[in-house]
Amino acid sequence: MLNQQTHNATPTKSIAKKLSGAYGDKVAKVFMQTVALAILALLFLMVYLLFEMSLEAIKEFGFGFLTSTDWDPIMEEFSALPFFYGTLVTSILALLIAAPISVMVAIFITDILPVKLGQVLGLFVEMIAAIPSIVFGLWGLFFLAPIVREQITPLLKSTLGFLPIFQGPSFGIGVLTASIILAIMILPTITSISREVFKSVPQHQKEAALALGATREEMIRLAVLRPSFSGITGAIVLGFGRALGETMAVAMVIGNSSRISASLFAPGATMSSVIANEYAEASAGLHLSSLCYVGLLLFLVTLVVNSSARFIVWKFSPIARSARKDKRA
Amino acid sequence: MRLFSLLFISLALCSTSASALTKINGAGATFPYPIYSKWFSEYQKINKDVQFNYQSIGSGGGIRQVLKETVDFGATDAPMLEKEMAKAKSPITHIPTVLGAVTVAYNLPEVSGDLKLDAKTLVNIFLGTITKWNHKDIAILNPDLKLPAKDILPVYRADGSGTTNIFTDYMSAVSKDFKDKVGVGKAVSWPIGIGGKGNEGVTNMVKQTPGSIGYIELAYALNNNLKTVAIKNKSGKFVSPTIEGISASAAKTDLASQGFKGSIVNADGDDAYPISAFTYILLPTKTNNVQLEEVKKFLVWALTKGQSFTKELHYAPLPANLAKQLLEVVKK
Repeated sequence: MLNQQTHNATPTKSIAKKLSGAYGDKVAKVFMQTVALAILALLFLMVYLLFEMSLEAIKEFGFGFLTSTDWDPIMEEFSALPFFYGTLVTSILALLIAAPISVMVAIFITDILPVKLGQVLGLFVEMIAAIPSIVFGLWGLFFLAPIVREQITPLLKSTLGFLPIFQGPSFGIGVLTASIILAIMILPTITSISREVFKSVPQHQKEAALALGATREEMIRLAVLRPSFSGITGAIVLGFGRALGETMAVAMVIGNSSRISASLFAPGATMSSVIANEYAEASAGLHLSSLCYVGLLLFLVTLVVNSSARFIVWKFSPIARSARKDKRA
Repeated sequence: MRLFSLLFISLALCSTSASALTKINGAGATFPYPIYSKWFSEYQKINKDVQFNYQSIGSGGGIRQVLKETVDFGATDAPMLEKEMAKAKSPITHIPTVLGAVTVAYNLPEVSGDLKLDAKTLVNIFLGTITKWNHKDIAILNPDLKLPAKDILPVYRADGSGTTNIFTDYMSAVSKDFKDKVGVGKAVSWPIGIGGKGNEGVTNMVKQTPGSIGYIELAYALNNNLKTVAIKNKSGKFVSPTIEGISASAAKTDLASQGFKGSIVNADGDDAYPISAFTYILLPTKTNNVQLEEVKKFLVWALTKGQSFTKELHYAPLPANLAKQLLEVVKK
């Protein structure tokens, strides 16, 4: 608001006079309302455009778009199922890897490290989020893929090889590698939200646990983790949303195959990676329209996941609720 | 202060000279981008009034932009389809500019000699019916090599690309089986293997995965020192990808009768490398405006003097008789 006033006040002094006080407030309010509405309008326009562009594919395939398994641009048979499957598998696997680590890192920062040191470590964790995804992709391709091929795969095969998800040949490029990259990428998201949740645990609650004779580990479990459960859930779901949309890094290491395979070593594809790969060269018509349809589906999935995360964080978290109450009081 | 006024004067001078420039916008294929940028910069040395701006957004994008008339010329690796041509507001002429080739690169550290394959074996590898390197079909073609019992990993382009179009065009030309199961296109559904993003993606996967085999443009194989397969051509000779082999495959084709756009895969001739193709500039021939005239002038230069720059950038020049025919088309 201050910005707005000074910005408008620069030309002459008389305008500055007019803009001060109640009149200035009104102008600022209208301006901000317009900006806020414009953002909303932009979102709706984008969804509308996406819908319009995918209309041809929606008419052709309808809901069958999610049941058949073919993606063949030559025969003009399209189905989003392989990509939907790939997106879900990589994102869930990434969560399984990243969620426990992130939560532990967050606890370590807020409750174990001294405050100053914790802030420094927190900064480093958040810096992971600033690395461009193409860098993650290249790192995955040149560094992680050979490690997966020569070390992780033989280890998994010799210990858990009886499971169908750990069978078949591995060339280092595939669903597993993509999931590991994704896990690293969503780590800062889950960590920083979990940290906020842990920070909101009242100090007296922790002290009470310690006063009752709890060890530090018991204190963390009873006084920090248990009341933060829904907050952590929200953080994880937000991380999930981030994993769903990640494109470049995944496209570079997942192997880009539209076949559904039970093995985690096999190549796959995600919804965003297929759009990134095929959009530029897609011939107009059904192919382009189907890619837009995939984009529309991805938008819907992300919307559902993100809004449920917000819902969990703000509605069901007892800490957030009590914090809100505290503010009101 | 003096410095300031000097700056101001030089700026003013710049802007007056800039107003005399004709700016030409083009967009399209990534494959010929290196040679086109070389051409533009060389051409600008002798003709200072023209400035080219070429966006290498991919062949599909180039075609779409030409159809929407947002650019002065387009560029594509695969000629436009009939249904795309039908959408054009004004007729579009294809002008082949240079030739390129798709090479089949492989990674077999334990094999020292050069691998030879024929069309049928290559097709079976990419269809997944041959899965081991010591398969008898490969062994018969390479009696001197000691082939390992390794799994074969075919690597393809994951993103839609003219490279895939040329490769599948060749495979479909030599095998009905491939044509039925996969077909020809910029993006196809492969029954086996993994996909790399871009030429560099496929190059890297082949480079670091023992047992892999993938198709890439010639320049990438040469610059990365990858081993390439010598492929049996229509005359029964094994030909390695070279500039001469590529030009040879265009020598016997009568392109004029096909409207200067056509496939030259699996061409006749003892020296012809079978997976070769033209890359085209798309010229919308609507009302003659300044830009179109300038593009035509540029093309006359590119088809004559420009051809000498091709070899250093690993493209093959057009056969002399074809270049002559094209000059007449451009000058019209």
